[in-house]
Amino acid sequence: MSDTPKELRYAKSHEWLRDEGDGTATIGISEHAQELLGDLVFVDLPEVGTNVEAGGDCAVVESVKAASDVYSPVTGEVIEVNESLDDAPETINEDAFGNGWMFKVKLDDAGELDSLLDADAYDALVAEEDH
Amino acid sequence: MIYEHSRTGRRATAQTNPEMAELSDIPDALLRKRPAGLPEVSEMQAVRHYTRLSQKNFSIDTHFYPLGSCTMKYNPRACNSLASLPGFLSRHPLAPDTHSQGFMACMYDLQEILKHVTGMHDVSLSPAAGAQGEFAGVAMIRAYHDARGDTARSEILVPDAAHGTNPASAVMCGYKAREIPTGRDGDIDLDALKQALGPQTAGIMLTNPSTVGVFERRIKEIAGLVHEAGGLLYYDGANLNAILGKVRPGDMGFDVIHMNLHKTFSTPHGGGGPGAGPVGVSQRLAPYLPVPMVDYDGTDYVWLTEKERPDSIGRLSAFAGNAGVLLRAYVYARLLGRDGMHRVAEFSSLNANYLLKRLMEVGFDAAYPERRASHEFILTLKKQAKELGVNTMDFAKRMLDYGVHAPTTYFPLLVPECLLVEPTETEAKEDLDGFVEIMRTIKQEAETQPDLVKQAPHTMPVRRLDDVRAARELDLAWKNDRNAQPE
Repeated sequence: MSDTPKELRYAKSHEWLRDEGDGTATIGISEHAQELLGDLVFVDLPEVGTNVEAGGDCAVVESVKAASDVYSPVTGEVIEVNESLDDAPETINEDAFGNGWMFKVKLDDAGELDSLLDADAYDALVAEEDH
Repeated sequence: MIYEHSRTGRRATAQTNPEMAELSDIPDALLRKRPAGLPEVSEMQAVRHYTRLSQKNFSIDTHFYPLGSCTMKYNPRACNSLASLPGFLSRHPLAPDTHSQGFMACMYDLQEILKHVTGMHDVSLSPAAGAQGEFAGVAMIRAYHDARGDTARSEILVPDAAHGTNPASAVMCGYKAREIPTGRDGDIDLDALKQALGPQTAGIMLTNPSTVGVFERRIKEIAGLVHEAGGLLYYDGANLNAILGKVRPGDMGFDVIHMNLHKTFSTPHGGGGPGAGPVGVSQRLAPYLPVPMVDYDGTDYVWLTEKERPDSIGRLSAFAGNAGVLLRAYVYARLLGRDGMHRVAEFSSLNANYLLKRLMEVGFDAAYPERRASHEFILTLKKQAKELGVNTMDFAKRMLDYGVHAPTTYFPLLVPECLLVEPTETEAKEDLDGFVEIMRTIKQEAETQPDLVKQAPHTMPVRRLDDVRAARELDLAWKNDRNAQPE
């Protein structure tokens, strides 16, 4: 039984995206991604106003095991970042799909959302990687 | 902490200069208002403190040390004592060549030995460590393309299993690093490589045997593809130990190689140096090698500098690099000879494969079970983590209780719950069997009393450290006010 939220969309590189319905989207990393990384100790967020590209690296999450790039699932402009992560990166470990959100993007092309995975497809991807 | 032994006014009298230094010519603004907060201890207290600290170390001289990717093998004492001969130690780097012929002969021979053992056309010894060797290598790739006016090449390809230094070196030289995935069998994904290659490709950085501990079987094909696209091949010498003298990077088609002498050639290892990272190149890159190098004109050994090699990428260190480290490598290479180098490759691979098979027999999972190991191999403890809740870090910490330095954990990143094990050629069969017994015991403990393993170590001077808290709340300053300090 999966806890992967059905209302979110997912990238193969383990980010999630919530369509806010107003041309913006909220982005974070998945529960599976935070579990693989382990306890996070540092998060490097993009600056507000930066233009990000779908598939382009735009943030870094660092744990005691590894530092890992975070890729934007969509193209657009960063309009808000979750600054509370600067002092409390562990929020991502505790609540990856909620308070652990990382940044919000104003979408260039809402059509890009269709290319992302739904929860079932993402779960299948994780199961496959876990072969 | 040495400060905890500090008492105001206590001195190591024998070490103290009886006369105060003359300070009158130093401007007042530059002088301290208060004495520096140095520890004040007797000579014996200092000796005891640091000797005790050293006894808490795990070292190759005291413990089995299978730290994968690091090649922690025994350093023969002869290398150290011969490199410490007074003639070497007392030679001033600015001494005239006539007074340095012995040292220069050793450096020339070392260049020649490294050329032959790697199959490269030319070697420069000057990079002061592996990372600088990598930088020099990529800088030469850049110089080669630039000299041809081929300036549109902007990317260096790097497999996802590579050491993090590879993409870092590429970026330092102004390239963009592009990742190539690894296939399920541990070899590079050839289709992904073909897609990534193009007129923007400056080169590819490969470690072979790779970081996942297997030999890249299609290296000839890879070399052909990269050269066809106009790129060059860089060999990261991290795992040279496995193939020393048996297979040569030059014959595989590589254009540049750096060698970690502290790994394969047994120079001092760890503690941040001093290191040495010589670079070797194919003929077309030879003009760009860093200087100085040593040449022999039939009578004398002479330095080759910017004057003789105007296309060189330049100097990377003062004088000739870390001369003392290079001398140790030279002695090691001479002790081994050609046959000895073959034995290094054979026994490091044999030891790794023996250990892998025995660990699989006692129930551990290999990450690439169908592949033969090179000089190291990867176990994945995914099953133990999932079924018993005991992860790789717990196993690693428990090994300390049994007197073994843990293998590399959680690297390379693409294998979950991994242990990268490199026994090296200098371990006896009994030591390998002893490690298998320790691993069997820890596995039993994980099954029957998991908390014992999860709370390990139990016998070390300190218990399990909270590395997460240490990283989140970094605090490196010693608080002077915890101890009486003179104002």
